[in-house]
Amino acid sequence: LAPWIPVVGLEIHAQISSNSKLFSGSQVQFAAPPNSLVSFFDASLPGTLPVLNRRCVEAAVMTGLALNCSINKKSLFDRKHYFYADLPAGYQITQQRVPIAVNGSLSYSLYIDKKMSQMVTKTVRIKQIQLEQDSGKSLHDDTRCQTLVDLNRAGVGLMEVVMEPDMCCGEEAAAAVRELQLILQTLGSSQAVMAEGQLRVDANVSVHHPGEPYGVRTEVKNINSIRFLAKAVDYEIQRQIEELENGGTILNETRAFDSKLGCTVPMRDKEGKQDYRFMPEPNLPPLILYDAKSLPANMNHQQVINIDWIHERLPDLPSVKREKLVEQYGILPEHSFTLSNEDGLAEFFESVVKQTQMKPKKVIGWILNDLLSYLKQHSLTVKESPVSSFLLADLLNLLEKKEISSTAAKQVFVELWKGEGKTPLEIVKEQKLELLQDQKELEQICQAVIDGQENE
Amino acid sequence: AALKDGLRSQVSAALKEGRVTPTELCQRCLALIRSTKFLNAYITVAEETALKQAEESEERYKRGQPLGILDGIPIAVKDNFNTAGIETTCASNMLKGYISPYNATVVQKLLDHGAVLLGKTNLDEFAMGSGSTDGVFGPVRNPWSYSKQYKEKSVPKPCSEDEESDWVITGGSSGGSAAAVSSFTCFAALGSDTGGSTRNPAAHCGVVGLKPTYGLISRHGLIPLVNSMDVPGILTRCVDDAAVLLGSLAGHDPKDSTTIQDDFKPFELPNLTDISKLSIGIPKEYHAPGLSSEILALWSKAADLFKMAGAKVVEVSLPHTRYSIVCYHVLCTAEVASNMARFDGLEYGHRSDMKDSTESMYAATRREGFNDVVRGRILSGNYFLLKQNYEKYFVKAQKVRRLIANDFVKVFRSGVDILLTPTTLSDAAPYTEFIQEDNRTRSAQDDILTQAANMAGLPAINVPTALSERGLPVGLQFIGRSFQEKQLLTVAKWFEKQVQFPVIQLEEVKRHDNGVFQHQKSASFS
Repeated sequence: LAPWIPVVGLEIHAQISSNSKLFSGSQVQFAAPPNSLVSFFDASLPGTLPVLNRRCVEAAVMTGLALNCSINKKSLFDRKHYFYADLPAGYQITQQRVPIAVNGSLSYSLYIDKKMSQMVTKTVRIKQIQLEQDSGKSLHDDTRCQTLVDLNRAGVGLMEVVMEPDMCCGEEAAAAVRELQLILQTLGSSQAVMAEGQLRVDANVSVHHPGEPYGVRTEVKNINSIRFLAKAVDYEIQRQIEELENGGTILNETRAFDSKLGCTVPMRDKEGKQDYRFMPEPNLPPLILYDAKSLPANMNHQQVINIDWIHERLPDLPSVKREKLVEQYGILPEHSFTLSNEDGLAEFFESVVKQTQMKPKKVIGWILNDLLSYLKQHSLTVKESPVSSFLLADLLNLLEKKEISSTAAKQVFVELWKGEGKTPLEIVKEQKLELLQDQKELEQICQAVIDGQENE
Repeated sequence: AALKDGLRSQVSAALKEGRVTPTELCQRCLALIRSTKFLNAYITVAEETALKQAEESEERYKRGQPLGILDGIPIAVKDNFNTAGIETTCASNMLKGYISPYNATVVQKLLDHGAVLLGKTNLDEFAMGSGSTDGVFGPVRNPWSYSKQYKEKSVPKPCSEDEESDWVITGGSSGGSAAAVSSFTCFAALGSDTGGSTRNPAAHCGVVGLKPTYGLISRHGLIPLVNSMDVPGILTRCVDDAAVLLGSLAGHDPKDSTTIQDDFKPFELPNLTDISKLSIGIPKEYHAPGLSSEILALWSKAADLFKMAGAKVVEVSLPHTRYSIVCYHVLCTAEVASNMARFDGLEYGHRSDMKDSTESMYAATRREGFNDVVRGRILSGNYFLLKQNYEKYFVKAQKVRRLIANDFVKVFRSGVDILLTPTTLSDAAPYTEFIQEDNRTRSAQDDILTQAANMAGLPAINVPTALSERGLPVGLQFIGRSFQEKQLLTVAKWFEKQVQFPVIQLEEVKRHDNGVFQHQKSASFS
């Protein structure tokens, strides 16, 4: 059987972290009472006009720079038309002709095999980033045959990040999205919490034989976590391969991921192909951005965005942070990767290192093998850890001073995990785990053991 | 009657001096509105709120603290501007009963200056039309239909035909506003202008109609027809008043991203005496097919007037004029299709009883809510915006639009200051004749002289010039450079002084005139 090459591209919508919406002053807030955050413009009242939110543009520029994109100094807004209950104006304002950023790249790492022994770095090209409006939410009440519409989300700013089909499997897609998520969170341009709908991922999947053109692709939606993303992509690749090997064909369709069944199913067809009748948005002049060179002398700072100014103030990106951890603490890149992959873990590690004399290279083992595995077993986040960095540092100090053995230390750790408020020293005393340093005492114990043996 | 400075009464001065109070003025206007109801110029008369505003104005005058020259002045607003608490219908079933929660910026500005909002005026549905005949509240009648001047010239009907059927249209789409100003029920009115909708009815009703430069006055709150061409229009009885209104309305609005950022300084118009430095351009393409010989003669006479007064008068060419109607048709319908997409019956406005599905509800709502004209434009617009048609029509039309705009740039760069053209092809048609042709045909015909200024975003003004042989008003149009309203209005004012357009002689007005209107030959407030 000829080998198959899976091809995976991603369309990611990240909700911009801002106080107000992209084109209106109403607030952005998760889980507010329905229709309590709706301005006249959001409700599409006739005669209202869009006014661009500066913070949203800055967020998009930051994100574009972090993803190595070219920032378009002139970008345009367009209307994308379709009728739907959660789209009050009958069109979405987006950037179809000229988006704010193009031609970037994202590097991500993943383990080369299941043994997690070595990491490999891959790159995915970023086609573009565009600013656009989020839609409202519609809830279908089938029992009462009605649709309930909540416009709180209508008009919230989104950055759509389009990743080229450079990925080959669920793991790569997941790793890429995870890295993007970390970047967005580091920048603060999006909180990127998938569970709260701040990061939505659609996957485009196709398969083909080497040397042949790309196959027909399907779009997979309704993916609610990074874990499910990997599952959905891998399932879809398998499904397509099986279908084609059985002589079937792949339809260019949209499929939804069913997380319960672990498979993709065709979504209800929305009357075939939609013609969105794109048209320039006449109420918004072209968005002009400046850099240090092009900035006119007498320009009011409030009125313009300087790309270079934003560039200078970008925080350290996750990849830089990871490198710094390796440099500073002498840990392995794999360790650094795991540290930064878990919310708060890197900070926890650094905090412990500060409070103990134990070398970071040894501390990392406790963080990754003990603490992290316990957290995973109990499905806890670092924030929820019953063992604080202070307590762990305390324990490691006892170990470092050779007051206890490493076996004893593990025992103490189990005890600490119970979260009963005891200090490591208290536990050591309770369980008599102190290492004996006194030679004579040791001799006595050994003699007693030997004597005991003789008696048998 | 002569417009002599000494005799021209100034209502504002009268208010200030206490010769008339704002409430008296308001009541007189309201009474006149009632007795001219047959004109159908108003959709909503906001009697209670108007009187309240008048009372508040009176208080300010008593304290010696009027807000300015507009304080206490009764005005009317076209019913496609949002007015908080007062119905805004756009003369459409879609918005019947719709009470907006906010004021359009221009409305707010007028109220902030102390103006008294008498009511909302009638129009073609959603401002689509050139007759003010296609709204759901019926057509507007041109007050000149009932003027002594028109009646004198009318051929008496031999058979027992109802005199009523003789009435002529106001032109459109801001016909209600034009009629309101023309019949003295208010001192100024807001209209809108997308293809000539302020200048056209101004010409037919014998009033001043100003289309400002695109971007000078905020469109926030003006229910859009074509976002890239719409402007709020100003209708008054004299050019000075238009300048005053402009002064209170122009300027950057953060709520409208298409308004220019530059500071706007209100101005008073000088009285030009020496026009020898002025260069007037006569665009030959505006000798359009269908232009009445009467208007052609008037246009020529006006050109001579300028020449004899010492100005340089030159023939110029705007070669792409003849493409403007088709170009407008594509761009207008495309934007209309887009702008009307929000009317789905869900958030506000009419909602059909059809419940089978969301889609069927949308379809029924829109069929019930929109008239043929609106629906026709939506269908055309959607066709032009289809992916396969977009380049062929929309993009092409945008390119042609650029060519049309460049025509003006070239002419103005060649040293011409102002262009002088006719505003309409003829005087106002009788209603029965007008409705023989459909809206689209009429619009295509009537917009030809006014449309290009919207394409190019330029300021333009209709100045009432003379009465036709039928005793109806004919106006001429001046087109100026971008943001050069002061120059445009200064020239218009000079011209207005020269032609001394007669005051309408309306029975109803005479009845209500009690010193307030009597001494005002032009009934201006400035």
